[in-house]
Amino acid sequence: MSFEQALRCRECGREYPLAPIFSCEYCFGPLEVAYDYDGIRAAVTRDSIERGPTSIWRYEALLPCDPAYKVDIGTGFTPLIKADRLAKAIGLDTLWIKNDTTNPTWSFKDRVVSVAIARARQFGFTAMACASTGNLANSVSAHAAAAGMEAYVFIPQDLEEGKVVGSAVYSPNLVMVDGNYDDVNRLCTELAYAHPWAFVNINVRPFYAEGSRTLAYEVAEQLGWRTPQRVVAPMASGSLFTKIYKGFQELHKVGLIDEPIVHMSGAQPEGCSPIATAFANHTLNFVPQKPNTIARSLAIGNPADGYYALKVMEETEGSAEMASDDEIVAGVKLLAETEGIFAETAGGTTIACLQKLVASGAIRRDEETVAFITGGGLKTIEAVQGKLIEPLRVTPNMASFESAVAARDGALAAGGR
Amino acid sequence: MASKHVRFTFEPDQVKQPVIYQLGHEFQVVTSIRMAAVDNSIGWVVLEIEGEPDEIERSIAWAQAQGVRVDDPTLGDVVEG
Ligand SMILES: Cc1ncc(COP(=O)(O)O)c(C=O)c1O
Ligand SMILES: [Zn+2]
Repeated sequence: MSFEQALRCRECGREYPLAPIFSCEYCFGPLEVAYDYDGIRAAVTRDSIERGPTSIWRYEALLPCDPAYKVDIGTGFTPLIKADRLAKAIGLDTLWIKNDTTNPTWSFKDRVVSVAIARARQFGFTAMACASTGNLANSVSAHAAAAGMEAYVFIPQDLEEGKVVGSAVYSPNLVMVDGNYDDVNRLCTELAYAHPWAFVNINVRPFYAEGSRTLAYEVAEQLGWRTPQRVVAPMASGSLFTKIYKGFQELHKVGLIDEPIVHMSGAQPEGCSPIATAFANHTLNFVPQKPNTIARSLAIGNPADGYYALKVMEETEGSAEMASDDEIVAGVKLLAETEGIFAETAGGTTIACLQKLVASGAIRRDEETVAFITGGGLKTIEAVQGKLIEPLRVTPNMASFESAVAARDGALAAGGR
Repeated sequence: MASKHVRFTFEPDQVKQPVIYQLGHEFQVVTSIRMAAVDNSIGWVVLEIEGEPDEIERSIAWAQAQGVRVDDPTLGDVVEG
């Protein structure tokens, strides 16, 4: 059972019927799904949710689609890990890692795509589409394959091999566009108006974006039905960041948790930091940028939800931070070496920014913090290749091994690493 | 007649220029402002531009040539990670 009621303009509040539309006819503001929260409150309890499936579908009452249309390849209910070694390394008392690298296509995009494809099927669409530098493309390709739907997946020409393979294996209509970033943007917007596709981040964007709220639901449930004091999450369009906060507020609205008091901090790469730059300049109006960063999953120069992300920071006394490419690589390594989790560059950005926020005092040592690690590292091995330890080379006998170890330890002692 | 919705972003040195006035003056289009904000001398406006399709496109190209950034008003960049 779904409790979605209408689409509502985030700017002027005008309401529209539930349909594949995304902007207000009057003010061109973005539309967002409105729910019958009293109905949800009456329908769900902590108990009923805990008895549900170990996936995002345990929160089906809060999702804007009829679960009869779901395409379930196992998305969600990912681990929340107590990260003591990382906490110690960066100077926090209590740190949790929400490890969303364990999703079916190794990123949080499986959450948003799960909701988008269910709603698209409910609307009667037979084809899904997206434009992406990797994670979204992988997830749309996989979900469409599992549903037996057609998929049109548009990618820029200069992608990492792992990200191309991660879509191609599901045999979508994979279209590599010969042009720059702005060209791909323009083409896809035109195509979305011209074809009867469910373009996940265009005409079904209001529904798609809602999938990210499940990250907040899971974290609150995994903490024993409460919120942390601090969240650090990556920002590209800013959607994930704003929806995590919305998710916490909704859990309170439907009576599942106390009023959340959580500070929201967002992380961006320096080479694409329109939101973090606006925060630093004390303004809600960001200036679009031309992205140039190894964190390609965060390379959105003109973020649709940038303004709303800045509002969330203002409302929660939160903050934003940015990390250089070198700091991002160091963040990937630090998370791997302390917690055994291999994240992609978006995760490196989050860890690097967390570290900087703690160092600057923007996050106090005693704030219980959750860092959201939203994508797996095997998709962006290019970012860390050549910057990792080299294997010891030995011949197949004990003496060779022992002398190689001794030589390495000697070199380490001499060089101080 | 057609209409197109756009978002213009003005960098600090452009905020003082009467770009929207000139747009209506030099081209056969009618503009109406739906949303706008300016602070720290950065500004943006969401516009509806009405006119013949070719004339709308010419007017937008002219605005871009003045250094104004032109985007879809709701979507931002659609190429996601
Ligand atoms: C791994 C990863 N993390 C974070 C994000 C940011 O998402 P949003 O656009 O909702 O800010 C993306 C988006 O592409 C992503 O791929
Ligand atoms: Zn509106």
